[in-house]
Amino acid sequence: MNLVLHVWRQAGPVAQGEFARYDARDVSEHMSFLELLDVINEDLIAKGEEPIAFEHDCREGICGSCGMMINGEAHGPVRGVTVCQLHLRSFRDGDELWVEPWRATAFPVLKDLVVDRGALDRMIQAGGFVSVRAGSAPDANAIPIPKDDADLAFDAATCIGCGACVAACPNASAMLFTAAKVAHLGLLPQGQPERDRRVLAMVGRMDAEGFGGCTNHAECEAACPKEISIDFIARMNRDCVRAALR
Amino acid sequence: MELQARVPAGPIEAKWDAHRHHLKLVNPANKRKYDVIVVGSGLAGASAAATLAELGYNVQCFCFQDSPRRAHSIAAQGGINAAKNYQNDGDSVWRLFYDTVKGGDFRSREANVHRLAQISVNIIDQCVAQGVPFAREYGGLLANRSFGGAQVSRTFYARGQTGQQLLLGAYQALARQIGAGKVKMFPRTEMLDVIVVDGKARGIVARDLVTGAVRSHVGHAVVLATGGYANVYFLSTNAKGCNVTATWRAHKRGAAFANPCFTQIHPTCIPPSGDYQSKLTLMSESLRNDGRIWVPQRPADKRPPIAIPDAERDYYLERLYPSFGNLTPRDIASRRAKEVCDEGRGVGPTGIGVYLDFRDAIQRLGRQTIADRYGNLFAMYRQITGEDPYDVPMRIYPAPHYTMGGLWVDYNLMSTVPGLYVIGEANFSDHGANRLGASALMQGLADGYFVLPYTIGDYLTQGGLPVVDDEHAAVKDVEREVHGRVERLLGVNGNRSVDAFHRELGRLMWERCGMSRTREGLHEALERIPALRERFWREVRVPGRGEDLNQSLEKAGRVADFMEFAELMCHDALHREESCGAHFREEYQTPEGEAKRDDERYAYVAAWEFTGVGEKPALHRERLSFENVPLSQRSYK
Repeated sequence: MNLVLHVWRQAGPVAQGEFARYDARDVSEHMSFLELLDVINEDLIAKGEEPIAFEHDCREGICGSCGMMINGEAHGPVRGVTVCQLHLRSFRDGDELWVEPWRATAFPVLKDLVVDRGALDRMIQAGGFVSVRAGSAPDANAIPIPKDDADLAFDAATCIGCGACVAACPNASAMLFTAAKVAHLGLLPQGQPERDRRVLAMVGRMDAEGFGGCTNHAECEAACPKEISIDFIARMNRDCVRAALR
Repeated sequence: MELQARVPAGPIEAKWDAHRHHLKLVNPANKRKYDVIVVGSGLAGASAAATLAELGYNVQCFCFQDSPRRAHSIAAQGGINAAKNYQNDGDSVWRLFYDTVKGGDFRSREANVHRLAQISVNIIDQCVAQGVPFAREYGGLLANRSFGGAQVSRTFYARGQTGQQLLLGAYQALARQIGAGKVKMFPRTEMLDVIVVDGKARGIVARDLVTGAVRSHVGHAVVLATGGYANVYFLSTNAKGCNVTATWRAHKRGAAFANPCFTQIHPTCIPPSGDYQSKLTLMSESLRNDGRIWVPQRPADKRPPIAIPDAERDYYLERLYPSFGNLTPRDIASRRAKEVCDEGRGVGPTGIGVYLDFRDAIQRLGRQTIADRYGNLFAMYRQITGEDPYDVPMRIYPAPHYTMGGLWVDYNLMSTVPGLYVIGEANFSDHGANRLGASALMQGLADGYFVLPYTIGDYLTQGGLPVVDDEHAAVKDVEREVHGRVERLLGVNGNRSVDAFHRELGRLMWERCGMSRTREGLHEALERIPALRERFWREVRVPGRGEDLNQSLEKAGRVADFMEFAELMCHDALHREESCGAHFREEYQTPEGEAKRDDERYAYVAAWEFTGVGEKPALHRERLSFENVPLSQRSYK
């Protein structure tokens, strides 16, 4: 199949960026989107040009490294996958695709499609953990956890930290990312002692990093490769109010 | 070079406790005076960095990814073993120890494996306390499943994302210490060399992958937790960034490399589909609990799988290994898959593949149960292949997955360079010639949470570590060498991409030093690798500049190291004239086609000393004795 790509090229954080056009001819529909970028890059290198910088690592949808906007959609048109799992069979022959980095104040562009998502790490550092020293844990079966609670906590814990929720949100809000961690730990007995501190610290950090607020567009849920529910945002709001009042 | 394993005396059950009692402690008030450098932030690195910081040490932690949460441990699917015996099915520390030594085909160090089995129970406690959402039963207690090479259910799991959840636990513990200022984190920073001063590891030289700045970082000890080298094959289940650079450069500075030819080929991966293929995707081994592996009895049977009746199917693992069936260890399952494909009985458009069929399990347990157990794996398979495994059997084929070899370490996890510790997949110690499923996560976390934090203190109390700063002559020398190497790569200005060279090397290694090896093939590889390496340095093209985010340059450095390392792998595979575990030499097999060990000549760890690029490395042997698990031929029949 043939595709036309317009890819955002930006030499560095302060450089002016622009779209560059690349024609992909006779590519296999079984290829992943990142393999398509590999092929384009091989051509560019052969021509003596700089290849497109993009992040990727595991290429099986779990590390959260990759991510880009394809025709305005985070991770492209297929629900519940990262761009490394997006295969060309999801497009039509002759499609024209506009490929951009995540756009958010809190995610400055470093080069081409690579952005700095350090803000997400700093939110976890602010409170997204259970304080337990190695060696101080009780027996793993000492505290039974109802299966439903454990399963719901798991649903929240599947977040891969890719940042698609932020990129998809018109406000560039990180509420889904934050809420997922708050819910994962807040649903488990192990997370209770720090539940209030955690939510306040993480939300405080989120605001300080320059993410926007949530106005219930639910674009984050639609873009999330792990299909994490915005119900967790409601839960975080409740936790936040409760913690602030205590 | 002298190999001192420092295995404590006494009965195996008592070794670790006795050893811990004798290890010297660093006074709590003095711990903050020590700087420890941890390279890598996977299960081993993150757990070590977090734990050392909890103890009070100053830690600097490095990873090449943009965040420590992305290390490749995250991709582990199936689970983590622990001898909890929560199922009351006869498991024990002893049995986990026994299974691991036997599964490793008697090429691991007994004392290390026993310690691993002992610690396994603490790991589960620690992870649950951190909030790792392991699978649970309706009563609220932890669930287990079984894995290859074991007849008990001792594997703890979190759907098909166990590695992710364990890593997030370790990452969050690390994040807490970063927030507390006890760990200084350097993401997007790649270690390019080790600094050795007066014979001791005192720091690293690393490149900031955003600005390109090459800088030194010094401390009192260095811990490498930099994973395995399966990407030497180009196509593997490893993340694209996984590489041998940190361990290889440490090797060139004096760290012995042990058993490099022990590379695990995982039996259940999605077969490659074309030349553009950039990596292979693993389907968790846990699928073998319920999936049945088969090929048609007749070669070149092109009927769709549903049209082939049971009588014309060959469930070859169940036939050959009635007691373990589809749960034989990985090396055996892989080799048998290759064998049936070589007979022309492979399936799918390429003939490279065997079926993993859930038809019977779905009939027996219902679709919902299967979806609960493997839902995300099935979805992943469908996304990649366009086929639905609920209706059509999966097609799987072996792919390089894990490397049991690694830098040689003593019982304290210290390499042959004093002060240089190696943990997790990067060392060689616990899995022998074949790793059992769900044991890698266990080892990474055991090393990081519960072994290294004790043993490193003993080293630091020994003193003899005068102040070394960035201006030290030895530091400047290494920095200069690293700069020179970067400039050399950029200066070749040839006409062929790094990936093209990597693919060529990978194909050569897969064919000659992959799932099965021969003397002729290895000799051929040893002739072709130096020639390929020479061409690389003459013809590679690395566009862009060094003072910039330059992904081609990152890859070029890694591939240049693979080009040197590949030769060591072949030397090791050639010298080991036996078959054991994942190392299968066609000349050495039983009449039934099983690996034929030669314990008299090869019951040792082959630890290689670097003697120069392209030179034959020097072999040192650490004899292995098996006092607790008697040497026997593995039988899974």
